[in-house]
Amino acid sequence: MNIQILNLLAKNARYTVSDLAVMTGLDEAEVEANIKELEVAGLIRGYKAVIDWERLDNAYVSAVIELKVVPQDEYGFEKVAENIMKYNEVESVYLMSGTYDLCVIVKGKTFHEVAMFVAKELATKHEITSTATHFVLRRYKELDVELVNTEKDERGAYSL
Amino acid sequence: MIDYTKVLSRMVSQDIKPSGIRKYFDIAESMEGVISLGVGEPDFPTPWHIKSAGIQSLEQSKTKYTANAGLLALRGEISKFLSRKYGLEYQPKGEVLVTVGGSEGIDNAIRAIVSRGDEVIIPQPSFVCYEPLVRLAGGVPVIIDLKAENEFRLTAAELREKITDKTKMLIFPFPCNPTGAIMEREDLEAIAEVLRETNIVVLSDEIYSELTYGESTHVSIASIDGMWERTIVINGFSKTYSMTGWRLGYVCAPAPIIEQITKIHQFAIMSAPTTAQYAAIEALKNGDSDIERMKAEYDVRRRIMVNGFRKLGMDCFEPRGAFYTFPSIKVSGLSSDDFCEQLLYSQKVAVVPGNAFGASGEGFIRASYCYSTDHIKEAIDRIGKFLKEIK
Repeated sequence: MNIQILNLLAKNARYTVSDLAVMTGLDEAEVEANIKELEVAGLIRGYKAVIDWERLDNAYVSAVIELKVVPQDEYGFEKVAENIMKYNEVESVYLMSGTYDLCVIVKGKTFHEVAMFVAKELATKHEITSTATHFVLRRYKELDVELVNTEKDERGAYSL
Repeated sequence: MIDYTKVLSRMVSQDIKPSGIRKYFDIAESMEGVISLGVGEPDFPTPWHIKSAGIQSLEQSKTKYTANAGLLALRGEISKFLSRKYGLEYQPKGEVLVTVGGSEGIDNAIRAIVSRGDEVIIPQPSFVCYEPLVRLAGGVPVIIDLKAENEFRLTAAELREKITDKTKMLIFPFPCNPTGAIMEREDLEAIAEVLRETNIVVLSDEIYSELTYGESTHVSIASIDGMWERTIVINGFSKTYSMTGWRLGYVCAPAPIIEQITKIHQFAIMSAPTTAQYAAIEALKNGDSDIERMKAEYDVRRRIMVNGFRKLGMDCFEPRGAFYTFPSIKVSGLSSDDFCEQLLYSQKVAVVPGNAFGASGEGFIRASYCYSTDHIKEAIDRIGKFLKEIK
């Protein structure tokens, strides 16, 4: 399992096999085999762009929903979590420590749409005892990428 | 009207040449869309916890002079750092002096050692400050032209050939700006063998000591048998922690030497910037992981750049230190100056001509990899286009 390749792809999923070969000092066939291995082993689950949706007029909105859940016999929180994650509206689901149990990130076209999803699909489930919805107002950093005030290179063209 | 030709010091106005890159800087300033590989400083911001320590010191009104030699706590951390990294032992009191960047340390060390007419051996290509500073101190620069076939390392034979009874000092600039050359233990043993029985002082500029790539890490010449007593070590925070603008470095040497250097420092500078000193304490205490992170990134970029130049048919030896590559431009058939000027006009890429670092740098360019991988690739693509164009 090549951690260096994993770290590089985590930074930039668009590095080509030949880029990665140069960067790691491996040959291209080795890099390819390594990536395959990482994918098969389920370490690499996908390759996505980091998008600043706020730059689009009809950007989607998202909310962090705190759920308190009654754990089920045998299954604990698993069943509820796995059920919730199937919705297209749900971006992420996490089991949490602390004052609530599941953290669900939900996205939708409008605040209303998200609120309706929570009210109709989540709040109605009998295992879920309470919900608290927190809308995201502004994104500063997403997946390690700063979305605001990107620092400009203030160095001149030359220095010795 | 005042006649400035009569006013100005002849030494400064005539014997000291302006920097070799001024011209290109002016051209680049007037152009849009220049992509540069021309800088000698990191692109990373200073790590937040280090900045934060500086800010906190301001909030606590630590805005006075410090001791001439620098905060004792900082000298203590410097001492520990050099010990754990390179096995060098210096007493915080008396053997460590905090300076305004490595540059001030270099200047003061030269002035403390060199008298009029003393010879100072300077291997080149190397950083541009040594020769003028030696001249200002009244010394006579004696240049050794390092060779690409030796990976720009200094050999014992080259050194021995230049030593005379007037030789006072050897400038020892490794890891090297601009070549990226390093000196490994066996290389250092050979140099030490030449110097051990002499009274020649080594000024070891180790500002890039933490930026070495590959198996072996930096070895200080001061750690070689018999060399501590005759070596002045220069180091600093600029390159290691991406703190160029904080202007902080240090000099370590035996007490009799530090005592004299401190005199110059005390009269010329008083004490190094206080805010920077507080930030530097934090850097030394908790900055090792920052160094590792930045170094790993430089290493990736280094490989991309060397590979890029080689693919264009340019000879490029593998740099093992600092953050520069030093490829040969022989394939272009141009001089270093023509190459840099034409490349700038034609493809808007800024690189530094090798001869800015001494005559032996002719036929090479310095390209820095203090840039993102995308930036480096774009610049190399453009250099490729330029090479096709001039064929």
